[in-house]
Amino acid sequence: MHDDDPVEIPKDNSENSGVSRREFLKISSLSVAVPLVAGPKTVMAAGEEVPVHGPGKVPMEFSINGKNYKTVLEPRVTLLDALRDEFELTGAKRVCDRAECGACTVLMDGKPVYACSVLAIEAQHKSIATVESLVGQGKLHPVQQAFVDNDASQCGFCTPGFVVACKAFLDTHPHPTPDDIRRGLSGNLCRCGTYAGIRQAIAQVAQKGA
Amino acid sequence: MPDYAWPDAAHRTLIGKRTTRVDSAVKVSGQAKYTYDVHRPDMLYGKVLRCPYAHTKVVSIDTSAAEKMPGVKAVHIVQGPGSNIHWAGDEIAVVAAVDEPSAEDAVRAIKVTYQALPHLVSDAEPPAGRAQEQGPLSMDNVGDMLDNQVPARQMVSNIEQYGLSEKPTEDDLKELKEDGAPEEVLEALRSATVHPGAANTTPSNYQKAATQTVGDPDKAFSEAEAVSEGLYGIPVITHCCLESHGSISEWTDQDHIFTHISTQNVSGIAGQMAEPLKIPATNIRVHQDNIGGGFGSKFSPDRWGIFTAEISKKADGKPVRYMLERDAELKVAGARPSAYARVKVAANKDGTLTAWQSNSWGTGGPGGGGMPPIPYVFSIPNQRQEHTAIRNNIGPARAWRAPNHPQAAVLTMCALDDLAANLKMDPVEFFEKNLNLTKARENTYREELGIASELMGWKEKWHPRPEKVDGVVRGVGLSFHTWGGRGHASDCDLTIHPDGSVEIKMGSQDLGTGTRTCILVVAADTLGIPMDAIQLLIGDTNYPPSGGSGGSTTIGGVSSSTRRAAVDARDALFAKVAPALNAQPDQLECKNGQVSVKGDSSRVLSWKEACSKVGAMPLTVRGKNPDRSKPPDLTNSGVGGVQMAEVEVDSDTGIVKVKKMVAVQDCGLVVDLKTAETQCYGALIMGISYSLYEEKVMDPTTGRMLNADMQFYRLAGFSDIPELVVHMMTGKGYDERGVIGLGEPPVISPGAAISNAVANALGVRVSFLPLTPDRVLAAMEQKGGA
Repeated sequence: MHDDDPVEIPKDNSENSGVSRREFLKISSLSVAVPLVAGPKTVMAAGEEVPVHGPGKVPMEFSINGKNYKTVLEPRVTLLDALRDEFELTGAKRVCDRAECGACTVLMDGKPVYACSVLAIEAQHKSIATVESLVGQGKLHPVQQAFVDNDASQCGFCTPGFVVACKAFLDTHPHPTPDDIRRGLSGNLCRCGTYAGIRQAIAQVAQKGA
Repeated sequence: MPDYAWPDAAHRTLIGKRTTRVDSAVKVSGQAKYTYDVHRPDMLYGKVLRCPYAHTKVVSIDTSAAEKMPGVKAVHIVQGPGSNIHWAGDEIAVVAAVDEPSAEDAVRAIKVTYQALPHLVSDAEPPAGRAQEQGPLSMDNVGDMLDNQVPARQMVSNIEQYGLSEKPTEDDLKELKEDGAPEEVLEALRSATVHPGAANTTPSNYQKAATQTVGDPDKAFSEAEAVSEGLYGIPVITHCCLESHGSISEWTDQDHIFTHISTQNVSGIAGQMAEPLKIPATNIRVHQDNIGGGFGSKFSPDRWGIFTAEISKKADGKPVRYMLERDAELKVAGARPSAYARVKVAANKDGTLTAWQSNSWGTGGPGGGGMPPIPYVFSIPNQRQEHTAIRNNIGPARAWRAPNHPQAAVLTMCALDDLAANLKMDPVEFFEKNLNLTKARENTYREELGIASELMGWKEKWHPRPEKVDGVVRGVGLSFHTWGGRGHASDCDLTIHPDGSVEIKMGSQDLGTGTRTCILVVAADTLGIPMDAIQLLIGDTNYPPSGGSGGSTTIGGVSSSTRRAAVDARDALFAKVAPALNAQPDQLECKNGQVSVKGDSSRVLSWKEACSKVGAMPLTVRGKNPDRSKPPDLTNSGVGGVQMAEVEVDSDTGIVKVKKMVAVQDCGLVVDLKTAETQCYGALIMGISYSLYEEKVMDPTTGRMLNADMQFYRLAGFSDIPELVVHMMTGKGYDERGVIGLGEPPVISPGAAISNAVANALGVRVSFLPLTPDRVLAAMEQKGGA
């Protein structure tokens, strides 16, 4: 089998499908069994040709904070690791690395996502905005300014994720009730206990109308 | 003699006011760089193979396959064949590779065989008869006690009662002193009885500490008019720093290391790395801009800090980054010792406390650990304490904000609250009745108790404990705490340049407590210039040393050294400027960015003009803390705080919600009120977190931590935050005490206050934190006799 041959996934895996057990295992564990390649590959899945990437490094393109980035990455690399290790955009933090704490929150097409739980390869062709993009012409975004005014950071490690989450929350809830705030920001955790300041910061922005 | 004393309220421009944190803007914009964010040229990524077993011996390690894998630059065995491993998650081997995925793949390819050994991960009450009398203590035992923050009084009684198995050498004593052993402990070691060769070589898991007795507890209990008995406890929790522990190390040449490390102790790291790496401390540069949480767990380079430097050497000195994975952070990088006790406490009918007896136990992991200082805050006249330390395989303990004190608060304040309930007394009246037992802090506590009651609305909210409950019920509770908080050793270099620019260099660190802000507040207030006119450089071994940020010692240390430096620099500047103003130096003052003659506004120079008189060379002075040659003492020790909690408990589901918390806190002279209050808000929230959710859950069968992630190791979230009220004690009686630390005190009381509020709501004590629904329902069921 050549690397660039399409691999056909059988429509059914019964004995008479024509695929040997060994071959089937090879196909189904594709992501670990295929040697390092850079070119795209396709498989037949549910009657359609589906591209297969990796497991070696593949070329990827991103739009981050309005700029285009090109690089080669393994498909298993997360958006968070790509941002931090490839593009040195370290505002989003790696804390739990499994969608539990929100410290890596970024905007993908305007919606907040946990960058640790989005594969970089899936984030291509989407508009990614990190905390670094919120400062416009040297001026803090109103949410950031409210964080400063209300002393809403201590060690500051959760802060960028919280800032992005608050911005996204206020975009969709310009006049939140206390209950909205409790629910809307429950996806981010802080260890120093800065929630009180963040709560005030949100109130400040909501009142002024960002 | 220059006037170093803190200016009084009328002469302060910034000190004691509300100043916005100077590093907020870089933090909210994602520009603040943490160790985890550092990228060095050609940086390699470390990944670690961790032992899956709680107690085992390494038999063999085969790294040959890993070494041949693509992208792998070095493999290094951390604990090789023959090593005994005492907790699951301990480090076996490390790989450095060109990227993380390659390093992960290589770690998976390392083959290790282990020989299983029996483990214990429980810290349940020691089975009767199992606890072993401590034999004569080895110097390792003494070191363990110190590492586990066993209070000095207990260390002394253990040393006196059990003696030593070897006579301590001068080197031993010196080392212990450097590790923070108080003089009384060193004295006890010098005068201890020595029983040569009698050390416990195979100690039991359960180690009895010396019984401590004050007065005549038996007589006091036999004469007591009211006695209350109860069971109380607080489990092992983890620090869960959001920035995990770790470092990036590189060899800049054959014998020089450059380390970026996440640490509370920038100035102290090189000294700790020198010996294991066999290079002089002078050849190790340590740097840190920001730290993403420490809470007491980041004072040393740790084993991983050493092996990161070692594997960097193997990889031709290239920078290697190793930051702990989240599960490792929770398993091995920080645990607060547990403490449990059966407490009996007695009082007269009027509530006057007469006697205390406690049988306590707890674990700090392999080292066992000490008894918290109980009874806490209240020196009850007759006491007996017995304690058993459990040595087990949960991983090592570390200092956690206010070591031993949150435990002591729970064991003491809950027992006293139960006694007040037995007496059908309002706890405020009961505690007030006994405030004379708090000695030096009596007046502070009295004032704080009054303020806290007002702010909580205690009178309207408190009710006697109900006999029966139904549906959602409310209750209030309170607790007291104390802490030392004297400033640590700190050197500060302050330079005034001839162009008027000012620079401060200090090897300290800002944990997010506002250290940077407070240094600048003190310097700007003293020099009469704006804070942003001063460049502050911290976090590097190239700057003069400051102590580690632990035990609430930073603010007193850095504010004192900065004040002395700024006063000396100001006076040196006055000496240069005086001739130009036709005045004597002591007639000058500096404020609003000007240097002028006191009382004569016509004789004035701008700050810039004044500094031009400095001459061609900049003027640099060093301020120190402590410095007896430059009195007065600018820092102090000993604070008191009172906290109250109001909770709502759903008696059907057992869910506890904190509705309101009040913290009233003294910390001497407050440097920046805004960051001080934030520190208290944060402590209350951290307190709610450990009261309701946090517990390091160990699996008795596998010996592993079951909740080593942030889903099941729960931290309080946004929806858990109630109304929070913080009141700082300032003004007369407080300001003149000098600057005292605030990091620990406000995090001590929440556990006890919240537990007492739950008891007030339900009419039944939930013995152990965290106050989870299952524990609440079980306590109610037990009371109901079902």
